[in-house]
Amino acid sequence: MVVATRVISYREALNEAIRLEMRRDPAVVIMGEDIAGGAGIGHVENVGAWGGVLGVTKSLVSEFGRQRVLDTPISEAGFIGAAVGAAVTGLRPIAELMFVDFFGVCMDQIFNQGAKLRYMFGGKAKVPLVIRTMIGAGFGAAGQHSGSHYAVFTHMPGLKTVAPATPYDAKGLLIAAIRDDDPVIFFEHKLLYDTTGEVPEEEYVIPLGKADVKRAGSDVTVVAIARMVHVALEAAARLAGEGIDVEVIDLRTLSPLDEEAILESLAKTRRLVVVDEDNPRCSVAADIAALAVDRGFDYLDAPVKMVTAPHTPVPFSPSMEQFYIPSPQRVINAIREVI
Amino acid sequence: MEIPEERLRWIYERMVTIRRFEDRVAQEFAAGKLPGFVHLYAGEEAIAVGVCAHLTDRDYITSTHRGHGHCIAKGVDVRSMMAELFGRSTGACKGKGGSMHIADVDKGMLGANGIVGGGPPLACGAGLMAKVKSTDQVAACFFGDGAAEQGTTHEAMNLAAIWKLPVVFVCENNLYAESTPWTYHCAASDIASRAAAYDMPGVLVDGADVFAVYEAAGEAITRARRGEGPSLLECRGFRYYGHFQGDAVTYRTKEEEEEYRRRDPIERFRKTVLSQGLLTEDELNAIDEAVAREIEQAVRFAEASPLPSPEECLTDVYVDYPVAQLAFRH
Repeated sequence: MVVATRVISYREALNEAIRLEMRRDPAVVIMGEDIAGGAGIGHVENVGAWGGVLGVTKSLVSEFGRQRVLDTPISEAGFIGAAVGAAVTGLRPIAELMFVDFFGVCMDQIFNQGAKLRYMFGGKAKVPLVIRTMIGAGFGAAGQHSGSHYAVFTHMPGLKTVAPATPYDAKGLLIAAIRDDDPVIFFEHKLLYDTTGEVPEEEYVIPLGKADVKRAGSDVTVVAIARMVHVALEAAARLAGEGIDVEVIDLRTLSPLDEEAILESLAKTRRLVVVDEDNPRCSVAADIAALAVDRGFDYLDAPVKMVTAPHTPVPFSPSMEQFYIPSPQRVINAIREVI
Repeated sequence: MEIPEERLRWIYERMVTIRRFEDRVAQEFAAGKLPGFVHLYAGEEAIAVGVCAHLTDRDYITSTHRGHGHCIAKGVDVRSMMAELFGRSTGACKGKGGSMHIADVDKGMLGANGIVGGGPPLACGAGLMAKVKSTDQVAACFFGDGAAEQGTTHEAMNLAAIWKLPVVFVCENNLYAESTPWTYHCAASDIASRAAAYDMPGVLVDGADVFAVYEAAGEAITRARRGEGPSLLECRGFRYYGHFQGDAVTYRTKEEEEEYRRRDPIERFRKTVLSQGLLTEDELNAIDEAVAREIEQAVRFAEASPLPSPEECLTDVYVDYPVAQLAFRH
């Protein structure tokens, strides 16, 4: 058991995971728009300008140089595809797709190349690729910079999908993703970057495909993803005063899905609410609800409830954006319906 | 550029292997023995062979819908190729890829590609690997005139140029993207001149002349190996068959087809090496016979090989994943 004493941010935890893995393995390279920034400009050549649009990859260029920290043109199909090609031929690239909403311009390289090459080649290829990408509403960034969209990738065979909620999980899961021999899409919620938590300084791995019970409880299971874990925990804290004991399960990995953890909790609480910031149709929330009625039907004492975004793009104005994002109150309302 | 005698024999043997392989595939397809559909490379042999003559197994290529010729030029075993087209478990991809995704990573062949323009970014990735690891490997990226109009091709050429990657872009302009003539789909009078936009050399080559392709590719590949960055070759060629087998090819005239058949790359090679006394008729005929035997054996091997077990569908999706989540729920 690792003893954690140091408190750092989610952003710093991600940076540390990349730094440790780049030290450990010279095949790890990172690429993306402005991940160092200022390429070719003398006075920032060795230190970088931005270190990523929100600073996650800050100062990595100072330690590893421009050969392994590659600023790219705004050319997602080109560099995401190059990351796939580099992964197949012997590197372990970490490519940054700045906002997940940009997947539309490079999806062929993710879906038809990265996700399928191993299968189409009869198992002769490995694609040890990580695509880090930013998700989530709450920044006032509106329709094309605020979506979650992890369900799109979770749907695709050949990809693994990860969405950490805490700094501790962010570091351990990113290290696991980098060491994984399959392509992993790693979703970082933009409102979590400044959140803090205890994170050990040394390297550690959180296995992909394992959910985590963030709060043990006996009356109802709430399954949540990324920032929604915190929304669920707040709802749980508010209900605790009324004697309602909520169990909060943080999925952490969406594909593969920790079905057993969900079913075990359901066997105990017999009630399920799923909280998901993504749109509801064909969503991870709907997938978990389907799992509950297919494999967990006998446990259920109440209907399964999904608390999700509406089936709309993310709106701009704060009044509508707050309406869009699942809130602790909506989680509480759903829990009251099943208790 | 003088070609060593051993390489000349190799060039002829590979070109004839591609031609006989594709003619036989056409025959087997017509007989209903192959699932799916196939896009044949016959007529364009000089391009794949002229380029790959400069590559080793450690170098990489990316390919197109029309990938059999690239596989053979890169040294993929024709028995495993034929078995793959027959959908057999002994196939190069264990029957999971078929004609449009046929690949052999061990030979540096990163796959035929069912997506037009899918390959160029991948070739940049292979080039990036070589650059980061400081090896002298190169990546040759074959793409058609149709793919020349895809954004990925332009993005990849720009990326290779700014990063000085060891990539050679080889546009196989066979005059038609499916049924659409390149003179319609391309705004410029040639594709090679697009190299200027990416500050790389661009050369227009007669794709039916293996000596011309060999020479142009040799310069581009040498430049790439020296770390001087990418190049673009546009090789004009002609596919003898339709876009796919079953294409009635109503868009080409008989005269056009006859004209191109008069420039046949294999016949031209024979005439040149015989008239210059580089190889003898007996040598060439012996190669013809050996290739005919090899193709016959490949078909027999494929036909004698078992189909994959249905459950094989569930393997090779991931390196590591819970098997229960790959299978049907019920």
